[in-house]
Amino acid sequence: MDRFRMIFQYFQSNSESVMNGICGLLALASVKIYTCFDFSCPCLPQYNMAYGLGIMLVPPIALFLCGLILNRQSLVMLEEWRRPQGCRKKDLAVIRYMCSSIMQRAMVAPVVWIIVTLLDGKCLICAFSGSVDPEKFVGFANASPVQVQQLLAKVPCKDDELMRNNTSRKAVSRYLRCWSQALGWSILLILIVAAFLARWLRPCFNQATLLQARHWSNYIDIEQKIFEETCCEHSRLFAHKCILHFFKSMQQEIKLHSFSLPREGEGTEGEEDLLRGITGQDQVNKLLKMWYYEKPPLDVSQVTQR
Amino acid sequence: MDKFRMIFQFLQSNQESFMNGICGIMALASAQMYSVFDFNCPCLPGYNLAYGLGILLVPPFILFLLGFVLNNNVSMLAEEWRRPQGQRGKDRAVLRYMFCSMAQRAMIAPVVWVSVTLLDGKCITCAFCTAVPVETLGNASHPGLPQGEMKRVLARIPCKEIYDGQELIANEVAIRYLRCISQALGWCFVLLMTTLAFLVRSLRPCFTQAAFLKSRYWSHYIDIERKLFDETCAEHARSFAKVCIQQFFEGMSTDLAAARCHPPRKAPADAGEATEKLLGITDQGTMNMALKSWHRCKPPLHLHPPALPSGNGWAGEGQPPAHPPMPRRETAAYYSRV
Repeated sequence: MDRFRMIFQYFQSNSESVMNGICGLLALASVKIYTCFDFSCPCLPQYNMAYGLGIMLVPPIALFLCGLILNRQSLVMLEEWRRPQGCRKKDLAVIRYMCSSIMQRAMVAPVVWIIVTLLDGKCLICAFSGSVDPEKFVGFANASPVQVQQLLAKVPCKDDELMRNNTSRKAVSRYLRCWSQALGWSILLILIVAAFLARWLRPCFNQATLLQARHWSNYIDIEQKIFEETCCEHSRLFAHKCILHFFKSMQQEIKLHSFSLPREGEGTEGEEDLLRGITGQDQVNKLLKMWYYEKPPLDVSQVTQR
Repeated sequence: MDKFRMIFQFLQSNQESFMNGICGIMALASAQMYSVFDFNCPCLPGYNLAYGLGILLVPPFILFLLGFVLNNNVSMLAEEWRRPQGQRGKDRAVLRYMFCSMAQRAMIAPVVWVSVTLLDGKCITCAFCTAVPVETLGNASHPGLPQGEMKRVLARIPCKEIYDGQELIANEVAIRYLRCISQALGWCFVLLMTTLAFLVRSLRPCFTQAAFLKSRYWSHYIDIERKLFDETCAEHARSFAKVCIQQFFEGMSTDLAAARCHPPRKAPADAGEATEKLLGITDQGTMNMALKSWHRCKPPLHLHPPALPSGNGWAGEGQPPAHPPMPRRETAAYYSRV
């Protein structure tokens, strides 16, 4: 539990860490969704390609958009981009830096999905089984073109009655899976090399500008958080004063309407009077009714000026 | 348990986090409910469509309403909407902001249910199995059947054990076809929802940021004000009850002493705190009377200025004071006839 708490605190320590955490969670979620998803190729000539490529490409787009939505910094960046200039200049380098860091983080989950899909192979087998050259495989060489298309389309479905005992099916399947995995590993290698180069070569170009952009993007983020916290605190104090003022004005109103004895206990005025002068059932009812029917105005200037 | 407590504390740290937490829990609950639910297609021509679409659409509606019910802010919104204007103007933008943020959170669980249902495929397979294109997918050699008979056969596609139309159209072919359509619909739905969410979130800073900041501040304010008012009332009720009960015990003690025709017992000045807390009731008989009286005849909800000061000595010895010299507890300093 201690370790978990430490990890949790580390991730909360700054907003970049939180973004990295969300990015990692989304990548794990992407793998989990793929394993839970029940891939079922239609095994029909016109539908295979659409289904296979659709499963490979549509979820990454949704994951990318999710990555942008869940990232708080994207809102901060948009606000900074669209705000009127006012008294504070806008620095496009900062906005560009924020944009690129958001995009990089949002790209992780879609890339994970595509790579997992390719390494698994089902999508490519489904999409391209109809495009394989039938001459290369014994079982499909001696059939009419229409029949060949039908048979090839059924290759991804192992349990289909036509395909159950077909050895050429396994050959086509292996062939396509080999291509798919080769493609998957190549993409992974290219991406890792690109990331490696980007990280190594970055200090050679514009390091000072980068440090400035990073500092100011953190600053904008922190400033917004603190503004929100200050607003929350302010509204709490405002509400507190408003309610106290309301109770006091009720107390005064009751005093005005009553044939009261001379006010005794002047010495107790310094003490906290929690009852605030409201000491009967009907007075309490009146107070609650007033609270609903006539909420006090949002103006505590008399209270604060005392 | 420590892990849960930490997560709980993090979520409670502010109101929005808490609502996001509830929203996430409902989404997970919705996915779990679907996996636990035992889907049973009726496999009858008239009923399949109703059952399939019913399972697809009715639980999301229930989950949406549940999302509103579990949201504490619904009553706050209703109160703010219906209150008379009084001295405080009403801002429609604040009401709209509150409603939109509640509706967005309530939409998540239904969207999860619909997505999971479509991606799983059982509902669409059940609902639309009679609409499978037999001409393209079926065995061309099979002689045509009358319409009603065809529908009866096709309706049994989801129920593999009783399916008797294997010559007409292979069961696996039909199910694969329907499931493919269902999953395509599912992913398109997911993409559409994420695109909508993205647009809603990203267009706001571009157009209405200032109005948004204002609405957000005042909606938080209304929430905090309501909570603080409840806390203040609870504090007041506590003090009220304390004083009411103190006065009851004192009244009891005085009445009984008067009935026994001797002056009320006075505590010696150095008796200490414990004696003061006894509130003048010091024997079994008196206590029993007090308890009986509390049950039979509760005191009115009306606090008197204290007739007897607290037990540390008298102002006027031997005479019941008409006006209290100096109230020593949290009591009203005047007597109101409102």
